[in-house]
Formats: sequence, structure tokens, C-alpha cells
Amino acid sequence: MSTRHSRAAARLMMTPSVLLLLGWMLIPLGLTLYFSFLRYNLLMPGTETWAGWSNYYYFLTDPSFTTAVRNTLVLVGGVLVITVAGGILLALLLDQPIWGRGIVRLLVIAPFFVMPTVSALVWQNMFMNPVNGVFAWLAQTMGMRPFDFFGRAPLASIVWIVSWQWLPFATLILLTALQSLDQEQMEAAEMDGAGPLSRFAFITLPHLARAITVVILIQTIFLLSVFAEILVTTNGGPGMATTTLTYLIYVQSLLQFDVGMGSAGGVIAIILANIVAIFLMRMIGRNLDR
Amino acid sequence: MARAVPLPRKALTTALAWTIGVLMFFPILWIGILAFRTEVDAIRPPLQVLAAPWTTESFAAVQQRSNYLRHFTNSVVIALGSTAIALLVAIPAAWSMAFVPSRRTKNVLLWMLSTKMLPPVGVLIPIYLIFRDAGLLDTRTGLVIVLTLINLPIVVWMLYTYFREIPAEILEAARMDGATLRSELLFVLLPMAVPGIASTVLLNVILAWNEAFWTLNLSAARAAPLTAFIASYSSPEGLFYAKLSAASIMAIAPILLIGWVSQRQLVRGLTFGAVK
Amino acid sequence: MRPKTSLCAAAALAVAAGGATAAELTIATVNNADMIIMQRLSPQWEEQSGHTLNWVVLEENVLRQRVTTDIATGGGSFDIITIGSYETPIWGAQGWLVPLDDIGGEDYDLDDIFEPVRAGLSADGTLFAVPFYAESSFTFYRTDLFEAAGIEAPTEQITYDEFREIVAQVHDPDNGVFGTCQRGKPGWGENMAFIGPLVNAFGGRWFDMDWNPQIDSEEWRNAITFYVDLMTEFGPPGAVSNGHNENRALFAEGRCATWIDATSAAGYIFNPNESTVADRTGFFPAPKQVTDRGTGWFWAWALAIPSSSQNVDAAKDFLAWATSREYIELVGETEGWVAVPPGTRVSTYENPAYIEAAPFAETVRDAILAADPSNPTAEPVPYTGIQYVSIPEFQGIGNFVGQQIAAALAGQQSVEDALAASQAFAEREMRRAGYIQ
Repeated sequence: MSTRHSRAAARLMMTPSVLLLLGWMLIPLGLTLYFSFLRYNLLMPGTETWAGWSNYYYFLTDPSFTTAVRNTLVLVGGVLVITVAGGILLALLLDQPIWGRGIVRLLVIAPFFVMPTVSALVWQNMFMNPVNGVFAWLAQTMGMRPFDFFGRAPLASIVWIVSWQWLPFATLILLTALQSLDQEQMEAAEMDGAGPLSRFAFITLPHLARAITVVILIQTIFLLSVFAEILVTTNGGPGMATTTLTYLIYVQSLLQFDVGMGSAGGVIAIILANIVAIFLMRMIGRNLDR
Repeated sequence: MARAVPLPRKALTTALAWTIGVLMFFPILWIGILAFRTEVDAIRPPLQVLAAPWTTESFAAVQQRSNYLRHFTNSVVIALGSTAIALLVAIPAAWSMAFVPSRRTKNVLLWMLSTKMLPPVGVLIPIYLIFRDAGLLDTRTGLVIVLTLINLPIVVWMLYTYFREIPAEILEAARMDGATLRSELLFVLLPMAVPGIASTVLLNVILAWNEAFWTLNLSAARAAPLTAFIASYSSPEGLFYAKLSAASIMAIAPILLIGWVSQRQLVRGLTFGAVK
Repeated sequence: MRPKTSLCAAAALAVAAGGATAAELTIATVNNADMIIMQRLSPQWEEQSGHTLNWVVLEENVLRQRVTTDIATGGGSFDIITIGSYETPIWGAQGWLVPLDDIGGEDYDLDDIFEPVRAGLSADGTLFAVPFYAESSFTFYRTDLFEAAGIEAPTEQITYDEFREIVAQVHDPDNGVFGTCQRGKPGWGENMAFIGPLVNAFGGRWFDMDWNPQIDSEEWRNAITFYVDLMTEFGPPGAVSNGHNENRALFAEGRCATWIDATSAAGYIFNPNESTVADRTGFFPAPKQVTDRGTGWFWAWALAIPSSSQNVDAAKDFLAWATSREYIELVGETEGWVAVPPGTRVSTYENPAYIEAAPFAETVRDAILAADPSNPTAEPVPYTGIQYVSIPEFQGIGNFVGQQIAAALAGQQSVEDALAASQAFAEREMRRAGYIQ
């Protein structure tokens, strides 16, 4: 029912956002694209030459590349599964009548406010350290040998840390969604003899679908660029065990200062991220349209 | 209203919920304790740590080494500044997307979100060069600009999902009454969107406060926020658990308190339109 | 009132006349103990000079990346940077650093700084950084544990095989003491700093005279197999996360019987305020194996001024202060002589107060003077550097090899696979960089 006037106004109002983001995207992206075709090492200035596709060739044939893609998928997927499943369970629990719900909620959401660097440092040093950590102490008191988290299960350890940070976010969104669930419908289903499991599967879960989609979308955006947790704890190792695509690009462009190759990696990461994005958006689109 | 629940069941769920809550919070609680121990006490086994005497010497040591107040001020300025600008730019955009949608609206929105997937590590060098030429390195202005841009998509999207909840009929009615576009925005839309805007602000402040890559790499001394402050305690020589804990507490306490105080607001808006 | 005002005016005039308006300097440094002391004492310089300092104190890896980004792009964020003996010659030759041959006045006495240290911080005979402290590596050991096990501490340089036998005798994990702590954390400046000299001792080298990588050689295989076996059997759990700082803390806590690492850690280990084993620690040279060449490393942390700095004069003044004899005396008097920055000046080692407080002083000096970065291996090499190779590409290669060896140490792959992957990577990088066809 919008008039032409308001259409024009709408376009005008969108302009600043669009222009800013376009600039933010195109300028670095343009430069990155340009650099990706150069042989350009920051440590050897003045030696820039046209490299053609060789940066892409070297980046894609680097044995670390496939490992990095796999690790990225494991990290994002692992955290998503843990936070969504854990978030649903936690939301169901917090939706029950309990004493001191407000305080429990405060405790549960706290990790979301902690800087990634801090949480990585704290988990690594105070908990997972096999000599001085709390977990090592627990293992020893129970007569077991301390587990060397970052040596034996590095990627799982990082998934754990990141999940701890994002579980509150998932829980909160799912809890809010849960609270809007129609109680009468639940009671009617109960009258009809539906057990708790089938009530969950046929009423609760469909009701949560939108919220779950949102959780997945937002978290994926942030999880694809998880970086501080890896840098602080394992530096991408041991070997390539925790090198994600983001970390691999970091190694190329900011440890080896091979800007050309790092840029090629950046372009590839953007392409891959956009594939994921398109996939996600379709899912969202289906779920968010009313 | 919920039905009466048998008492034993309530006790059981309460116990379970509290156990999980305490476990989730335990890491923060633990650094809260370690921060008040001496370095030597902080590496003892947990039970001895608990029994050790309280001291504030780690805070004193941190305070002596770092200019906490400067880092704190920078964090505040950067988080609030970037949020304010993002809001200013995003409100009109979200408004027009929500109330004057076109076929392209959703694509624009999705495109905006996809800019957030640009891996920062890959574009640091280009941005660094631009910042150098613009004289923005180690300035709060520079950091405000970057954080505005990286959080803008989320802000637009969150606001869009709220605005969409507002029934268009109300706006129509206002328009019938002869409201101009400006007054429509100011007096009709904004008041209704306040809860949404509030939680957008909160989420954005949290994200900006905790952003560690850009803030660390584009600042040196003058504009360095708390993320840089933490980086100087991360792996020093010798024993460092107590000082690291003290510094961590100093870095996260402000945002944790804000988060706790405003959590109801935050939760109300954190739904991204997921709740019908 | 009047006299006071004119006094102020006179003071202001004097400052202006000196040409030195108060500058605000940004200094980037590592969060190492000696630098923290420097930061603590720096208000004295600020008072003397009228300039102010803004400190950027970062963890080593973050600092290196941050500073390199800035200097390579000419960002100009820093006036004073802390860099090592690896970067200095490379960056100096690039023209990124301000030459420092004219640093200080008469009393600064550049000749008092150890000649090899100066050489390590120069490019083409020009000094580009002044040493804050310098180090070699040697073996720390616990005298009480050796005594209890009935082991005579070696006086001559022993072999790694003999070292291993000793370690086996003092390994006592049930009492929380591990036979040896060595670096496992991947990185060219972390585990590779230990592994470089180890490989040298086993007769290996990074490159042959034509820059062909030699990482899949017999010598490397022997060295890395030895390392992985030693650490698996006698190392602490989680060794793969332990770098210099973690091991330093472990040793100071009394968890390690032996530790081969930087001589500069001695000031900390022998400081009773910091360490629980100050009165129970001894030292002997880092072991050899088939050769004694390049078995102890050489490293210096130094201060330099980026060419992009706008405050070169004030920065130079600070550099002269922080690396002067007077500064060393100041630390000696305020922090205790055991804590003074070691390895830089002849005069430090002629100072009776230091010799008395630091039982390790002469051994450290001899180790530093004996380390010869220009002649590091049994077979000839085209590069300088004992635990590193002084080419820009080394950071990338060293990090990668460090990661592969860490994976072997963690048991995720065999030594054979680790070295094969390392060799392949090094060949690729050297080909890309145009050293080999």
C-alpha cells in the first residue's frame, strides 16, 4: 500500500547503510582481490610482481588447505550441535518451575559476556592444564592420569571452549521462544494421551524451529571467524589439528607476511563463506517467511 | 499460569538447574577467587587455593603495570560510539525494509549479513594500509569506524525483525492523521520499538566490547581498549595465574555487570524475530 | 610569587632552547620479566628527559606480528620497538630501522657491549638495535635431586645420550617431578629454538649450500626421534603446550629435574623471591652429540627505532638510557643484582656485586661468547643463525616444521611423516621464493 513517495524515501533511508557496507566490502575486497594476483611479501618490499593464478594454485594445493576446511566444518558443526542440543535441554529445564530461576539464569548467561581471549586463557591455564589445572586435580584425586587436552584432543578442546561461550546465547533465544508456547495446546495433547516425548517432538520442536534457525544463522556467522581461541591455546596445532581456514589465512598473511597468498586465501574463504551463506539463507528464508 | 507441580519434582529440577548454572558459571567464579590470591597460592591444588588467605596484591600489581583507566575509557568510548553510529545509520534502513519492503529487500538483508563473513585476518593488511594513509591508526575514531561497520549488519537485521512486528495499520492510521514521515518515525515508530532498540544496543555493546582482532591490531597505546590490556598478561614469564585472573576480572566485570543488570531487556530483544 | 614564575619561565625556556620539546613516545615490548622491570623504572627517565612513554606490552607472538605489520607497512604507530637478533639484520638491511652507530654520549661506551652481540644486531657493519639482554642456552638442573640420585653433575659438555641416562635416573613422576622439561609449544621461537641446536648437535642442518632443504635427512630423523622419545618418557604431561614461559614456571615450582633453555632465565630461577628452587639449582652446558658446533643458541632482545618514527631523538635518548651501564646499576640496586639484564656488557661481568649475586654469571658469559651464529653446523651452510636461519622465509618454514614436530610429540603422527611433510613444505616455500628451481 506504499506510495511512490514513501518508496523513494525508503530507498533514501537505506542508502547510508548500503553505501557504508558496500564500501566496507568493496574496498578491502577489491584490494584483497588485487593483492591475490601479486607476488607480494610484506617482508620484502619492492619485489611485488604479477603472479597470475599462482597464489591460488599454491593455496589450493597446500596440504593444509583441505585439513583447514575440514577443521572449520568440524568446529562450526560441533559447536552448533552442542549449543543447539544443550540449549534446548537447558531451555526446557529453565522453563520448569524452579526456585531461584532468576539467579540461575544470571549464572547461565554469564559466559556470553566474557571476552573470547579471556575465556580461552582461563580454560587453557586454570582448567585444562595437565599439571596445574582443575581437571588434572580432579583426575588425580580420582586416581586417574591427567588428560592432556590440547595435546590429545586439541580440536575437541576448542569446540568445548567455544561452546561454553555460545551455549548461553542459544539457551536464551530458545528459552524465550519456549515461553511463547501455547500451554493450552500442550494440555490438550496431554489429555489425548501424548507422552512427554511425543509432545516434545510434535509440538515443542516445531514451535522452536524458527528460533533454532536463528541460532544457527547467527552463530555460524560468528563461528566461521573464530580466531582468538585458537591463537591463544594451540596456535593451530599440534600439526594442523586446529588450523581452521581463518587461522590458515592468518598464518599466511600475518605470520609469513605473504600478503599475496593470504589474500588468495581470503578470496577463497569469502567464496566458501558465501556458499554457506546462500545455503543458510535458503533455510532461513523458508523458516522466517510467514 | 502453570499448574501446580509436585514438590519433589520441583526440588529435583531446582537442584539440576542450579548444578548446571553453577557449573557454567564456575570458570568465572574461579578466576574471581584466584584474582584474590598470591601467585604462589594460585597454583596450588584447588582445595588449598580455597583455604589460602585473601589478598589484593595482584590487582595492585596489575594497576601498577597498566593504565587500566585508559584502557577502560577506550573500551567504553569505542563500544558506545560504534553502537550509536550504527544505530543512527541502521534505524532508517531497517524502517524502510520493514515497512516498504520490495522484492529486493530480503536479498539486500542477506547480502548485508554476508559481509560479516569476510574473514578479518584476510583483509587486515589492506585495512591497515588505508588506515595508515588516513591517519586513523591508533585512534579511537578508527576503531569506532571499524566496529560500526562490522556490527552494522547485525544491528540492521535485529531492528528489522522488531520493526516488522509493529502492525503496519498503526502507521497507516498515523499517516491518515497527517503525520509526516519524520514525525511518523519519531513519535509513532520509535516509542514502540524502544525495547527492540534497547536490546540491540546491549548486544552491540557486548560484541564491540569483546571484539579482539581489530581492536588489538589497529591500536597501539593511545586507543588500546581492554582487549589489548589482557594481551599483556596472557603468557608472561614465571607464575601468572593470579595476575591473569585479576586482569581478566577487571576486563570482563564492567560488561558482565551491565549484562546482568539489563538481562531482561537483552533477552526480550535477543529473539531476532524468532518468537511469534 | 614573582621569583617562582620567572623560574618556571626559565625552565620552560631552557627546555625550548635545548630543542627538545617534550615528546610522547610509544614503546612496544614483550611481557618478559626484564622488560617489566624496565617499564617500572622508566618514570626515572621520563623525569630526567621531560618526555613521556606510552607502553604497549604484549605477549611475544602477538607483539611480533603487531610490530612487523606496522613496520613493514610504515604505519608509524611505534617509536621504540623490541625486536630480536633474527629480525634486526633483515629489517636493518630493508632500511626500516634507524642506524644507531652514534648512540649515546662518551660514557655510553659502545665498545663495552660484547662484540658478538653487536655483530648480531648489525647489518653490513651498521648497528640497528641496542641489546637489552642477550642469552645463550644451557642446562639447568636440580642439585638436590642429582645428589639424592647419586649423580655427579657433569663439568664438561656431555652428549645427549649421556643426558638421557641422567634424566632417566631423576625422573620421579609419582612425586610430581619430571626428568626433563623441554619446549613443545610449536613456533620458530618456541620449540624450534630448542630443536635447532639439538639438530645441530646431531650433525644436521636446515639447508645445504644451494639452499636445498635437508629436513628429511638421517641427522634430523635421529634428532627428532631422540626428542620425541625423551619427552614422551621423561617429560611432563601436556609438553606440547609448554613454551619457554610455561617451563620456566614449572622449573621454578620444582616440577622439573632438568631443563635446557635460555641462560637469561637464570636470573629468575636463582631469585628466591620468584622461584622455589633458587638454592637448589645448578647448571652445565647444553649437551652435544656428534658435534659440539651450534649446540648452544644465541639470542638477543634489543631495542630499535623504526624509520617511520617522528621522535627519533627522544627515542634514541631512551635507548641509550635503557641499555646503559647506569641502567644496569639501577636495576642492581633496586631489584637486586641477580635480576639485572644479562649478557650485554663486559662491565656487568667485571662487577663484583653481580659476580657474587649471580653464580651463573661466568658460565653465561662464556656460553654467549662461544655461540657462533656464523658457523652453526658441522657441515657448511649458506646462512647465519644457530636456532634460526636469517632469511625472511624462515618464520613460515620454522613455524610449519615446529607444528609438525609438535604433532609427532603429541603422538598424532610419526616422526617420519612429520619430517616428510616439513621437507615438502620447505621445498615448496623455497621454490616459491626463488632460492631453488
